Amino acid sequence: MKYLKQFAIIIVISFIGELLNYCLPFPIPASIYGMVILFIGLITGIIRLEWVKETGLFLIEIMPIMFIPICVGLMDAWGNIAPIWFPVVFICAITTVIVMAITGRTAESILRRDKKKEVHHE
Amino acid sequence: MSDYLSSSLFFGVTVSLITYWIGLLVKKRFRLALFNPLLISVALTIIILLISDVDYATYNDGAKYLSYLLTPSTICLAIPLYQQLEILKKNLKVVMISIAAGTFSSLFSILLLSIAFGLSHEQYVTLMPKSITTAIATGVSGEFGGIAAVTATAVAITGILGNVIAESVLKMFKINHPIAKGLACGTSAHAIGTVKAMELGELEGAMSSLSIAVAGLMTVLAASVFANLW
Repeated sequence: MKYLKQFAIIIVISFIGELLNYCLPFPIPASIYGMVILFIGLITGIIRLEWVKETGLFLIEIMPIMFIPICVGLMDAWGNIAPIWFPVVFICAITTVIVMAITGRTAESILRRDKKKEVHHE
Repeated sequence: MSDYLSSSLFFGVTVSLITYWIGLLVKKRFRLALFNPLLISVALTIIILLISDVDYATYNDGAKYLSYLLTPSTICLAIPLYQQLEILKKNLKVVMISIAAGTFSSLFSILLLSIAFGLSHEQYVTLMPKSITTAIATGVSGEFGGIAAVTATAVAITGILGNVIAESVLKMFKINHPIAKGLACGTSAHAIGTVKAMELGELEGAMSSLSIAVAGLMTVLAASVFANLW
Protein backbone atom coordinates (compact mmCIF):
# COMPACT_ATOMS: atom_id res chain seq x y z
CA MET A 1 0.00 0.00 0.00
CA LYS A 2 2.82 2.41 0.93
CA TYR A 3 4.44 2.22 -2.50
CA LEU A 4 1.12 2.43 -4.29
CA LYS A 5 0.23 5.58 -2.39
CA GLN A 6 3.66 7.12 -3.00
CA PHE A 7 3.56 6.29 -6.69
CA ALA A 8 0.02 7.64 -6.99
CA ILE A 9 1.01 10.98 -5.43
CA ILE A 10 4.00 11.31 -7.76
CA ILE A 11 1.87 10.48 -10.81
CA VAL A 12 -0.84 12.96 -9.76
CA ILE A 13 1.83 15.69 -9.49
CA SER A 14 3.11 14.66 -12.95
CA PHE A 15 -0.41 15.00 -14.30
CA ILE A 16 -0.81 18.48 -12.78
CA GLY A 17 2.60 19.48 -14.21
CA GLU A 18 1.52 18.26 -17.64
CA LEU A 19 -1.72 20.19 -17.33
CA LEU A 20 0.14 23.41 -16.42
CA ASN A 21 2.54 22.89 -19.35
CA TYR A 22 -0.49 22.60 -21.62
CA CYS A 23 -2.49 25.51 -20.18
CA LEU A 24 0.22 28.09 -19.45
CA PRO A 25 2.07 29.83 -22.30
CA PHE A 26 5.60 29.43 -20.84
CA PRO A 27 8.24 27.13 -22.40
CA ILE A 28 8.65 25.23 -19.12
CA PRO A 29 8.65 21.40 -19.18
CA ALA A 30 5.92 19.55 -17.21
CA SER A 31 8.62 18.02 -15.01
CA ILE A 32 9.75 21.44 -13.76
CA TYR A 33 6.23 22.50 -12.81
CA GLY A 34 5.92 19.20 -10.95
CA MET A 35 9.26 19.60 -9.22
CA VAL A 36 8.33 23.07 -7.96
CA ILE A 37 4.92 21.80 -6.80
CA LEU A 38 6.50 18.92 -4.87
CA PHE A 39 9.21 21.17 -3.37
CA ILE A 40 6.70 23.79 -2.20
CA GLY A 41 4.39 21.01 -0.98
CA LEU A 42 7.19 19.53 1.13
CA ILE A 43 8.29 22.90 2.56
CA THR A 44 4.76 23.92 3.50
CA GLY A 45 4.00 20.46 4.92
CA ILE A 46 1.04 19.91 2.57
CA ILE A 47 2.95 16.89 1.25
CA ARG A 48 4.78 14.89 3.91
CA LEU A 49 8.21 13.43 3.10
CA GLU A 50 7.10 9.88 3.98
CA TRP A 51 4.32 10.12 1.39
CA VAL A 52 6.84 10.16 -1.47
CA LYS A 53 10.27 9.25 -0.08
CA GLU A 54 11.06 5.60 -0.95
CA THR A 55 9.41 5.54 -4.37
CA GLY A 56 10.87 8.96 -5.18
CA LEU A 57 14.42 7.99 -4.27
CA PHE A 58 14.04 4.71 -6.17
CA LEU A 59 12.93 6.58 -9.30
CA ILE A 60 15.92 8.93 -9.00
CA GLU A 61 18.27 5.96 -8.61
CA ILE A 62 17.07 4.27 -11.80
CA MET A 63 16.84 7.54 -13.74
CA PRO A 64 19.90 6.91 -15.98
CA ILE A 65 18.17 3.97 -17.72
CA MET A 66 15.33 6.27 -18.79
CA PHE A 67 17.77 8.19 -20.99
CA ILE A 68 18.93 5.13 -22.93
CA PRO A 69 16.09 5.22 -25.52
CA ILE A 70 16.53 9.01 -25.94
CA CYS A 71 20.30 8.70 -26.49
CA VAL A 72 19.92 5.72 -28.84
CA GLY A 73 17.84 8.21 -30.85
CA LEU A 74 21.25 9.46 -32.01
CA MET A 75 21.00 6.67 -34.60
CA ASP A 76 18.27 8.66 -36.33
CA ALA A 77 19.64 12.09 -35.40
CA TRP A 78 23.12 11.23 -36.64
CA GLY A 79 22.49 13.07 -39.90
CA ASN A 80 21.95 16.22 -37.85
CA ILE A 81 24.95 15.85 -35.61
CA ALA A 82 27.58 14.50 -38.05
CA PRO A 83 28.28 17.88 -39.72
CA ILE A 84 28.63 19.67 -36.37
CA TRP A 85 30.36 17.06 -34.22
CA PHE A 86 33.45 19.21 -33.80
CA PRO A 87 31.63 22.38 -32.58
CA VAL A 88 29.52 20.22 -30.24
CA VAL A 89 32.54 18.59 -28.58
CA PHE A 90 34.51 21.87 -28.56
CA ILE A 91 31.64 23.87 -27.00
CA CYS A 92 31.02 21.17 -24.38
CA ALA A 93 34.68 21.11 -23.38
CA ILE A 94 35.31 24.85 -23.20
CA THR A 95 32.08 25.80 -21.44
CA THR A 96 32.47 23.09 -18.80
CA VAL A 97 35.81 24.60 -17.73
CA ILE A 98 34.39 28.16 -17.86
CA VAL A 99 31.31 27.31 -15.78
CA MET A 100 33.28 25.33 -13.21
CA ALA A 101 35.85 28.11 -12.78
CA ILE A 102 33.35 30.98 -12.61
CA THR A 103 30.95 29.21 -10.21
CA GLY A 104 33.79 28.13 -7.92
CA ARG A 105 35.60 31.48 -7.94
CA THR A 106 32.35 33.38 -7.25
CA ALA A 107 31.55 31.13 -4.28
CA GLU A 108 35.15 31.28 -3.04
CA SER A 109 35.25 35.09 -2.99
CA ILE A 110 31.83 35.43 -1.31
CA LEU A 111 32.76 32.91 1.37
CA ARG A 112 36.10 34.62 1.99
CA ARG A 113 34.53 38.07 2.27
CA ASP A 114 31.83 36.81 4.67
CA LYS A 115 34.49 35.19 6.82
CA LYS A 116 36.45 38.45 7.02
CA LYS A 117 33.30 40.32 8.04
CA GLU A 118 32.63 37.79 10.82
CA VAL A 119 36.14 38.24 12.19
CA HIS A 120 35.68 41.99 12.01
CA HIS A 121 32.46 41.86 14.03
CA GLU A 122 34.10 39.87 16.76
CA MET B 1 15.10 -13.17 -36.75
CA SER B 2 14.77 -9.44 -37.25
CA ASP B 3 11.08 -10.03 -38.05
CA TYR B 4 10.60 -11.60 -34.67
CA LEU B 5 12.60 -8.84 -32.90
CA SER B 6 10.53 -6.21 -34.69
CA SER B 7 7.33 -7.59 -33.24
CA SER B 8 8.69 -8.08 -29.71
CA LEU B 9 7.57 -5.50 -27.19
CA PHE B 10 10.27 -6.43 -24.68
CA PHE B 11 13.27 -6.55 -27.02
CA GLY B 12 14.05 -2.84 -26.66
CA VAL B 13 13.79 -2.81 -22.88
CA THR B 14 15.80 -6.05 -22.58
CA VAL B 15 18.67 -4.74 -24.70
CA SER B 16 18.66 -1.39 -22.84
CA LEU B 17 18.73 -2.93 -19.37
CA ILE B 18 21.29 -5.64 -20.08
CA THR B 19 23.70 -3.24 -21.80
CA TYR B 20 23.32 -0.81 -18.88
CA TRP B 21 24.07 -3.64 -16.47
CA ILE B 22 27.22 -4.44 -18.48
CA GLY B 23 28.08 -0.74 -18.23
CA LEU B 24 27.75 -0.87 -14.43
CA LEU B 25 30.04 -3.92 -14.28
CA VAL B 26 32.66 -2.25 -16.50
CA LYS B 27 32.53 0.92 -14.39
CA LYS B 28 32.94 -1.07 -11.18
CA ARG B 29 35.88 -2.96 -12.66
CA PHE B 30 37.79 0.04 -14.06
CA ARG B 31 36.62 3.01 -11.94
CA LEU B 32 37.17 5.54 -14.71
CA ALA B 33 34.71 8.34 -15.44
CA LEU B 34 35.11 7.59 -19.15
CA PHE B 35 33.39 4.23 -18.55
CA ASN B 36 30.06 5.85 -17.92
CA PRO B 37 27.32 3.17 -17.76
CA LEU B 38 24.89 5.26 -19.80
CA LEU B 39 27.49 5.85 -22.53
CA ILE B 40 28.42 2.15 -22.65
CA SER B 41 24.78 1.09 -22.75
CA VAL B 42 23.95 3.50 -25.58
CA ALA B 43 26.98 2.48 -27.65
CA LEU B 44 26.27 -1.26 -27.20
CA THR B 45 22.55 -0.84 -27.92
CA ILE B 46 23.28 1.01 -31.16
CA ILE B 47 25.76 -1.68 -32.21
CA ILE B 48 23.25 -4.47 -31.42
CA LEU B 49 20.49 -2.71 -33.37
CA LEU B 50 22.78 -2.21 -36.38
CA ILE B 51 23.93 -5.86 -36.33
CA SER B 52 20.43 -7.30 -35.90
CA ASP B 53 19.08 -4.88 -38.52
CA VAL B 54 16.36 -3.45 -36.27
CA ASP B 55 15.62 0.24 -36.84
CA TYR B 56 15.25 2.85 -34.11
CA ALA B 57 11.48 3.24 -34.41
CA THR B 58 11.01 -0.51 -33.85
CA TYR B 59 13.37 -0.57 -30.88
CA ASN B 60 11.69 2.49 -29.40
CA ASP B 61 8.22 0.91 -29.64
CA GLY B 62 9.16 -1.12 -26.59
CA ALA B 63 11.97 0.97 -25.10
CA LYS B 64 9.91 4.17 -24.90
CA TYR B 65 8.24 2.82 -21.78
CA LEU B 66 11.54 3.37 -19.96
CA SER B 67 11.42 7.08 -20.81
CA TYR B 68 7.79 7.22 -19.71
CA LEU B 69 8.96 7.49 -16.09
CA LEU B 70 11.26 10.42 -16.80
CA THR B 71 8.82 13.18 -15.86
CA PRO B 72 7.80 11.57 -12.52
CA SER B 73 11.49 10.92 -11.71
CA THR B 74 12.57 14.47 -12.47
CA ILE B 75 9.80 15.74 -10.21
CA CYS B 76 11.28 13.59 -7.43
CA LEU B 77 14.55 15.61 -7.60
CA ALA B 78 12.62 17.93 -5.26
CA ILE B 79 13.07 15.29 -2.53
CA PRO B 80 16.90 15.51 -2.14
CA LEU B 81 16.60 19.26 -2.55
CA TYR B 82 14.16 19.30 0.37
CA GLN B 83 16.41 17.01 2.41
CA GLN B 84 19.20 19.59 2.02
CA LEU B 85 16.93 22.46 2.97
CA GLU B 86 18.94 23.34 6.08
CA ILE B 87 22.26 23.59 4.18
CA LEU B 88 20.46 25.55 1.48
CA LYS B 89 18.97 28.02 3.98
CA LYS B 90 22.26 28.50 5.83
CA ASN B 91 24.17 29.28 2.64
CA LEU B 92 21.39 30.79 0.58
CA LYS B 93 23.33 33.85 -0.59
CA VAL B 94 26.49 32.09 -1.75
CA VAL B 95 24.46 29.25 -3.34
CA MET B 96 22.17 31.55 -5.31
CA ILE B 97 24.80 34.06 -6.48
CA SER B 98 27.38 31.42 -7.48
CA ILE B 99 24.94 29.21 -9.36
CA ALA B 100 23.43 32.27 -11.08
CA ALA B 101 26.94 33.31 -12.15
CA GLY B 102 27.63 29.78 -13.40
CA THR B 103 24.31 29.47 -15.24
CA PHE B 104 24.74 32.85 -16.91
CA SER B 105 28.33 32.11 -17.97
CA SER B 106 27.16 28.77 -19.38
CA LEU B 107 24.36 30.28 -21.47
CA PHE B 108 26.49 33.24 -22.54
CA SER B 109 29.54 31.20 -23.59
CA ILE B 110 27.35 28.72 -25.51
CA LEU B 111 25.67 31.65 -27.27
CA LEU B 112 29.00 33.24 -28.27
CA LEU B 113 30.53 29.95 -29.41
CA SER B 114 27.40 29.02 -31.40
CA ILE B 115 27.60 32.35 -33.22
CA ALA B 116 31.35 31.88 -33.75
CA PHE B 117 30.78 28.42 -35.29
CA GLY B 118 27.83 29.68 -37.34
CA LEU B 119 25.42 27.10 -35.91
CA SER B 120 21.74 27.24 -36.88
CA HIS B 121 19.05 28.26 -34.37
CA GLU B 122 18.03 24.61 -34.04
CA GLN B 123 21.61 23.55 -33.31
CA TYR B 124 22.06 26.43 -30.86
CA VAL B 125 18.97 25.63 -28.76
CA THR B 126 19.97 21.97 -28.84
CA LEU B 127 23.24 22.84 -27.06
CA MET B 128 21.89 25.72 -24.94
CA PRO B 129 20.87 23.65 -21.86
CA LYS B 130 23.81 21.20 -22.02
CA SER B 131 25.25 22.07 -18.58
CA ILE B 132 22.17 20.95 -16.64
CA THR B 133 20.76 17.54 -15.80
CA THR B 134 19.49 15.49 -18.78
CA ALA B 135 15.83 15.42 -17.75
CA ILE B 136 15.53 19.20 -17.59
CA ALA B 137 17.90 19.78 -20.52
CA THR B 138 15.96 17.61 -22.97
CA GLY B 139 12.74 19.27 -21.80
CA VAL B 140 14.16 22.76 -22.41
CA SER B 141 15.66 21.73 -25.74
CA GLY B 142 12.33 20.24 -26.84
CA GLU B 143 10.35 23.34 -25.84
CA PHE B 144 12.48 25.50 -28.15
CA GLY B 145 12.69 23.08 -31.08
CA GLY B 146 16.05 21.43 -30.39
CA ILE B 147 16.96 17.77 -31.03
CA ALA B 148 16.58 15.89 -27.72
CA ALA B 149 18.95 13.03 -28.61
CA VAL B 150 21.79 15.44 -29.41
CA THR B 151 21.09 17.47 -26.26
CA ALA B 152 21.22 14.29 -24.16
CA THR B 153 24.56 13.37 -25.73
CA ALA B 154 26.01 16.86 -25.14
CA VAL B 155 24.86 16.65 -21.51
CA ALA B 156 26.58 13.26 -21.13
CA ILE B 157 29.83 14.54 -22.71
CA THR B 158 29.75 17.58 -20.41
CA GLY B 159 29.17 15.49 -17.30
CA ILE B 160 31.87 12.92 -18.04
CA LEU B 161 34.38 15.63 -18.95
CA GLY B 162 33.49 17.64 -15.85
CA ASN B 163 34.00 14.59 -13.67
CA VAL B 164 37.39 13.84 -15.20
CA ILE B 165 38.83 17.39 -15.15
CA ALA B 166 37.21 18.63 -11.90
CA GLU B 167 40.18 18.15 -9.61
CA SER B 168 42.67 19.83 -11.96
CA VAL B 169 40.34 22.76 -12.68
CA LEU B 170 39.56 23.32 -8.98
CA LYS B 171 43.27 23.29 -8.21
CA MET B 172 44.19 25.53 -11.15
CA PHE B 173 41.66 28.20 -10.16
CA LYS B 174 42.45 27.85 -6.44
CA ILE B 175 38.93 26.79 -5.50
CA ASN B 176 39.53 25.34 -2.03
CA HIS B 177 36.39 25.76 0.11
CA PRO B 178 34.23 22.60 0.19
CA ILE B 179 31.09 24.64 -0.53
CA ALA B 180 32.74 26.34 -3.52
CA LYS B 181 34.01 22.99 -4.85
CA GLY B 182 30.56 21.39 -4.62
CA LEU B 183 28.78 24.29 -6.30
CA ALA B 184 31.37 24.31 -9.11
CA CYS B 185 31.00 20.56 -9.80
CA GLY B 186 27.20 20.49 -9.72
CA THR B 187 26.63 23.64 -11.74
CA SER B 188 29.08 22.71 -14.50
CA ALA B 189 28.62 18.94 -14.70
CA HIS B 190 25.24 18.06 -13.04
CA ALA B 191 24.82 14.49 -11.72
CA ILE B 192 28.06 13.05 -13.12
CA GLY B 193 29.98 16.00 -11.63
CA THR B 194 28.19 15.33 -8.34
CA VAL B 195 29.65 11.82 -8.27
CA LYS B 196 33.09 13.45 -8.22
CA ALA B 197 31.97 16.00 -5.60
CA MET B 198 30.79 13.14 -3.34
CA GLU B 199 34.27 11.60 -3.62
CA LEU B 200 35.76 14.93 -2.47
CA GLY B 201 33.58 15.08 0.64
CA GLU B 202 30.10 15.05 2.16
CA LEU B 203 29.57 18.83 2.11
CA GLU B 204 30.89 18.99 -1.46
CA GLY B 205 28.43 16.25 -2.46
CA ALA B 206 25.44 17.92 -0.80
CA MET B 207 26.26 21.29 -2.37
CA SER B 208 26.73 19.68 -5.76
CA SER B 209 23.44 17.78 -5.76
CA LEU B 210 21.68 20.94 -4.63
CA SER B 211 23.23 22.76 -7.60
CA ILE B 212 21.69 20.26 -10.05
CA ALA B 213 18.17 21.37 -9.16
CA VAL B 214 18.92 25.07 -8.67
CA ALA B 215 20.98 25.41 -11.88
CA GLY B 216 18.30 23.47 -13.73
CA LEU B 217 15.56 25.84 -12.57
CA MET B 218 17.64 28.96 -13.27
CA THR B 219 18.43 27.70 -16.77
CA VAL B 220 14.73 27.10 -17.44
CA LEU B 221 13.98 30.69 -16.40
CA ALA B 222 16.82 32.24 -18.42
CA ALA B 223 16.38 29.98 -21.46
CA SER B 224 13.38 31.82 -22.89
CA VAL B 225 15.50 34.98 -23.11
CA PHE B 226 18.62 33.28 -24.45
CA ALA B 227 16.72 31.16 -27.00
CA ASN B 228 15.72 34.35 -28.83
CA LEU B 229 19.24 35.77 -29.06
CA TRP B 230 20.42 33.61 -31.99
